[in-house]
Amino acid sequence: MRRDVEALYAADPRTGFRICPLDSLTAYYHRRSGVTHVVADPVPQILTALHGTPLSLEALLAHLVAADGLIITEDSKAALAERLEELCTIGLVLRI
Amino acid sequence: MKHHFSVAVGPTGFRIGAAWRAPIAALEQLYAAYPKPEEGLADFTVRLEPQTRLRLWLRPSVAINGDFMLPDALPLPLAQGVLAAEMGMNLQMAMGQRHFLLLHASSVERDGKALILTGESGSGKSTLSALLGERGWRFMGDEFALIDPVSGLAYPFPRPISLKNEAIAVMTDALPADRFGPLLPGTPKGDIRHMIPAFSAIAAMSVPARPALILFPRFGYAADVRDMGGSEVFVRLTQASTNYVALGERGFDALSNLVTQVPARAIDYPDTENAVALVEKLWAEYT
Repeated sequence: MRRDVEALYAADPRTGFRICPLDSLTAYYHRRSGVTHVVADPVPQILTALHGTPLSLEALLAHLVAADGLIITEDSKAALAERLEELCTIGLVLRI
Repeated sequence: MKHHFSVAVGPTGFRIGAAWRAPIAALEQLYAAYPKPEEGLADFTVRLEPQTRLRLWLRPSVAINGDFMLPDALPLPLAQGVLAAEMGMNLQMAMGQRHFLLLHASSVERDGKALILTGESGSGKSTLSALLGERGWRFMGDEFALIDPVSGLAYPFPRPISLKNEAIAVMTDALPADRFGPLLPGTPKGDIRHMIPAFSAIAAMSVPARPALILFPRFGYAADVRDMGGSEVFVRLTQASTNYVALGERGFDALSNLVTQVPARAIDYPDTENAVALVEKLWAEYT
């Protein structure tokens, strides 16, 4: 898991998206791919946190707890790592 | 092509060519009150051609060709040539129209505001729009609602209404015979008869309206109204749009504005009279 601890994640710049909050879901239009994603929490919070400053998994988790009130469980880190991998796969987040 | 016909429907001009006279004559009757394309220039061409040279005369069947084609589309009998033209015109719009966000929806207008009805085939949106168009609303279209991405306005596409099966009697009982084309029995969609919109709707085909209410009707259930979340409306409208992906960011902006600014409800109805009553009630409530 050393790779996950050290990897930094960054979202495409804010100008890379068009964002429309809908209800409990938010629609993102990703300019680079031309694809629309309709996503649930905490994806909007993750993308907001990763705009501008790349963060490690640990730092992102700490940010989500402090800024967005994310409640930590023993699965939180693994679940966040999974979400980040999914976001990397669809191109909304880059591993740098 | 040997025979041809041009017509403007809303903001779009079509040129339809055919190897036979009959479908062109039928189109001339259906579209008698419609204008020609501006300066004679058509946006799209549809060609109704025999599948093979032999089929020009022997059990003639109409293959639909044009600027955009579906290679697997089955040819139709010559007697259904008008339907072939309609399918060809729809195909050109669905695949080629880039100026507007296209929603597979019917729409009607009152007091400058548009009601958009969208749903799957069989939801009754054509019949409802046809009926409302005879009851104080302006009929704007039964196939496509055209949303201008810049202004957000809905533009009409008031082609003749394609009534199917039981809906045919609903309208032929209420209107004179000269408002209808010939009955086309046994088409791939069942029996079809085209209804010519009110002359006032054709005359106002270039007048847009501000979307004010979106309804998702469902026929065959007890009358009911259901609230819809923004995400459900957003996803269902992307599914109802034929060119959302092709429009890219313009499509996203147009759809986002529509979803966040216009109330939307799902309605169930057991018959058209219940549907009209529900529409009037919701219209009074939300506009």
